[in-house]
Amino acid sequence: MRPEEQGVEVVVLVSVGRHPITGRARRADQDARGLELALGLEARLPGSRIGLLHAGPHREESESALRGYLGMTAGTGLDSLTLLEQAEGADAIPALAEHLAAAPPQLVITGARAERGEGSGLLPYALAEHLGWPLVNGLAAVEKVENGVATLLQALPRGQRRRLKVRLPAIVSVDAAAPAARQSAFGPARRAELEATPVAAELDLELAEWPMVPARKRPKRLKIVKSASARDRFKAAAAKAEGGSGQVLEGVSSEQAAEAIFKLLREEGVLPR
Amino acid sequence: MLETLLPILIFAALGLAVIGAWRRIRLWRQGRPSVVPLFKGLAALPRRYLVDLHHVVGRDKVISNTHVATAGGFVAAAVLMILVHGLDLAQGILGWLLLAASACMFVGSLFVARRRRHPPARLSRGPWMRLPKSLMAFSLGVFLITLPTVGLLPSDAGHWLLALLLAAVVAWGLAEMVVGMTWGGPMKHAFAGALHLAFHRRAERFGEGNRSTGLKALDLENEAAPLGVEKPADFTWNQLLGFDACVQCGRCEAVCPAFAAGQPLNPKKLIQDMVVGLAGGSDAAYAGSPYPGKPVGEHHGSPHGPIVGRGGKALVDADTLWSCTTCRACVEECPMMIEHVDAIVDMRRFLTLERGETPNKAPEVLDNLIATDNPGGFAPGSRMNWAADLNLPLMSDLQQVDVLLWLGDGAFDMRNQRTLRALVKVLRAAEVDFAVLGHEERDSGDVARRLGDEATFQSLAKRNIATLDKYRFQQIVTCDPHSFHVLGNEYGELGGVYDVRHHSTYIAELHDAGRLAFSPWKGGSVTYHDPCYLGRYNGEYEAPRRVLEALGIELNEMQRSGFRSRCCGGGGGAPITDIPGERRIPDMRMDDVKESGAALVAVGCPQCTAMLEGVVDATAEVRDIAELVADALVVRPAAQAASLSRQPQLEEVS
Repeated sequence: MRPEEQGVEVVVLVSVGRHPITGRARRADQDARGLELALGLEARLPGSRIGLLHAGPHREESESALRGYLGMTAGTGLDSLTLLEQAEGADAIPALAEHLAAAPPQLVITGARAERGEGSGLLPYALAEHLGWPLVNGLAAVEKVENGVATLLQALPRGQRRRLKVRLPAIVSVDAAAPAARQSAFGPARRAELEATPVAAELDLELAEWPMVPARKRPKRLKIVKSASARDRFKAAAAKAEGGSGQVLEGVSSEQAAEAIFKLLREEGVLPR
Repeated sequence: MLETLLPILIFAALGLAVIGAWRRIRLWRQGRPSVVPLFKGLAALPRRYLVDLHHVVGRDKVISNTHVATAGGFVAAAVLMILVHGLDLAQGILGWLLLAASACMFVGSLFVARRRRHPPARLSRGPWMRLPKSLMAFSLGVFLITLPTVGLLPSDAGHWLLALLLAAVVAWGLAEMVVGMTWGGPMKHAFAGALHLAFHRRAERFGEGNRSTGLKALDLENEAAPLGVEKPADFTWNQLLGFDACVQCGRCEAVCPAFAAGQPLNPKKLIQDMVVGLAGGSDAAYAGSPYPGKPVGEHHGSPHGPIVGRGGKALVDADTLWSCTTCRACVEECPMMIEHVDAIVDMRRFLTLERGETPNKAPEVLDNLIATDNPGGFAPGSRMNWAADLNLPLMSDLQQVDVLLWLGDGAFDMRNQRTLRALVKVLRAAEVDFAVLGHEERDSGDVARRLGDEATFQSLAKRNIATLDKYRFQQIVTCDPHSFHVLGNEYGELGGVYDVRHHSTYIAELHDAGRLAFSPWKGGSVTYHDPCYLGRYNGEYEAPRRVLEALGIELNEMQRSGFRSRCCGGGGGAPITDIPGERRIPDMRMDDVKESGAALVAVGCPQCTAMLEGVVDATAEVRDIAELVADALVVRPAAQAASLSRQPQLEEVS
């Protein structure tokens, strides 16, 4: 029997991004890649349906950023975005989980990390926990969807790929390994509709307690290359980034593990010797 | 027998021509509305034809004289023929005049025939090859049938068979010259061309020294207004009329830098494709040079079908539209005053604004313009880094100055920073009261607009206008002709009217006023490359040459200079869309420089500098005029300087 490829119902979670240099609102890079993935899926699997979902306050700035996603839909049937309207500072996860649970799609695509707000990258995990669905991170491609099972390609560091079979419904998150987002066109973005539905705001109390400071650049270990020839320097530059001096501890007691971590931190100068 | 046959033939031809005209007009009226004064336009027609059009045609004296003889002879002969043979008013001088007119036309048609013996590649063949024969048939036929009328031959001369043969020749002439004028064929250009001149979309371009080069703004406030041109019927009706006026002379093709580089663009073919689109059908009948690398006959279109197909082929491929550098060489050369660049940008607007299909690096550049107000994606706060040691006065501190120095996005480019520093040195040497906007300046929107992103252009333009409105200044000076053009010619429609000057113009003025003194030129031979956006867009050919002359430089002009200057390949976002060809446009331009024998090419545009300096193994150095001036600066004679600073009004009197 020939396995049947059928269209899938996809919901792409989109957020309001923030340009890294000017801080202006924009379509978030990873979320846009997620939508690109979904649009590619729709083009390949006829009968697929894409929904766009955003939870957050409805403001002019965020609206133009959200319309950036809708500008990618020229030539597709997609022309609206569902906006779960929340007050500033509300927790998006319960609202999203409730909405998704009410009409569960087969696949939820989201970026790995938001560009503003907490940006902890925990949303996909929290959502997967809420819904009890499997989660695949670092998605590079959806290869096929057959009989409710998706074959996915997961991106691993240094260009490696891992093929996974996942029973739908599932959540997948995309990062920079996913295909780059297409251009956003002004016309479709302007015409598209934002379907706003107010939802009960569940204030993120923990977040409200946190002090927010601008991010600092983290200290980075310098790679000291002691080599005479250009060939050695090239090899060093092209080599794997990891140090190589790490060790894997298995089957040790928690005291021993803590001691090992403590020792490492002292060696690295993180803790005073 | 001829006396009865001729009026029938003449009025049948006229009747058919009227029906054809009505059908042709219906084709044009498929376009969008465009309001033009009909009667004023018709009244202006003779002047536009005799002065403006013949100014372009007259660049080639032989063809110009040929056209005067042929067309003048034809118009006179046609009118007189209606009177003499149609209405039988043969008395007196009319018949003799008709003889003279048809003889004149015949002489012209001999020259047309000579032209067609070994036609240059730019000329279309096909039906155009029969035109000299048709012209001869008409002129000779009319001449011969008029001989008996004026009494040079007895009215019963010759056999009836001869008369019938003559009538057939005249009928052929009438079919080509009168019926063909409105039903299609080479003579269509006379009918469509005349109306195109009368109802031109840019009436302001006609008249001595006038030009109209700014793109027309899209209405973005009205959501129902279409964004650009998707199908031929989306052009305005007078644009469609303009396309139909094309004579396929190929002058545009001969000067098009993209065509010469082997990129898939030929302005003549593009206009012919639009004609195919407005009438419906395939381009198989086209008999001129194709788009390089694209065989003729594979494209087809209809008035309400897409011009650029999604995925498949339609009327025109997208890479044809993206090959254009918007250098306006085609518009400058077109004897029919067709606006190629307007049409190309109209179609690009649709591709960018509706389809999001701007090719290659262009989406990234547009995103940068939206997010950072400059095409390179640099931090807006780093715009003035190049001038950290110059202590430039800021508009926000001074509020009011004589000259606002517009830096342009060259401020982020290390090569152009040298030009800017040189310009600042010159302005300081001349004690000019100037200031810069600093971080308040944004990209002028030039690239966004040429790439079809009217929304980003208008957003940038409106914010720039709001910034400029805060301050008081006499004029804007810039070393970037693209900013010059946009600020001077395109912001006006959005409410920003400024007196903008290119730095070469301003330096020439400073020198004329005695505020700059130069040491004599000691370098080798120099040539000057006219930037398209300074020359053809703004008509400034003189000032840069005056500055170079003041420096003591004797110019070694390139063959293609002035209004015929060849583009550097940097305009219209072409370096960003980067459509592959067989050669590079800047390489060809540097070959022109090499041919002139110059060791240095003076330029006046950051784009030209970047493009020409990017040529490997170039024989000439590339320097901006500002750099040459800065290097030659010497202290002004003390007495003059003192008198100037103490009594500035003196310079106006002297």
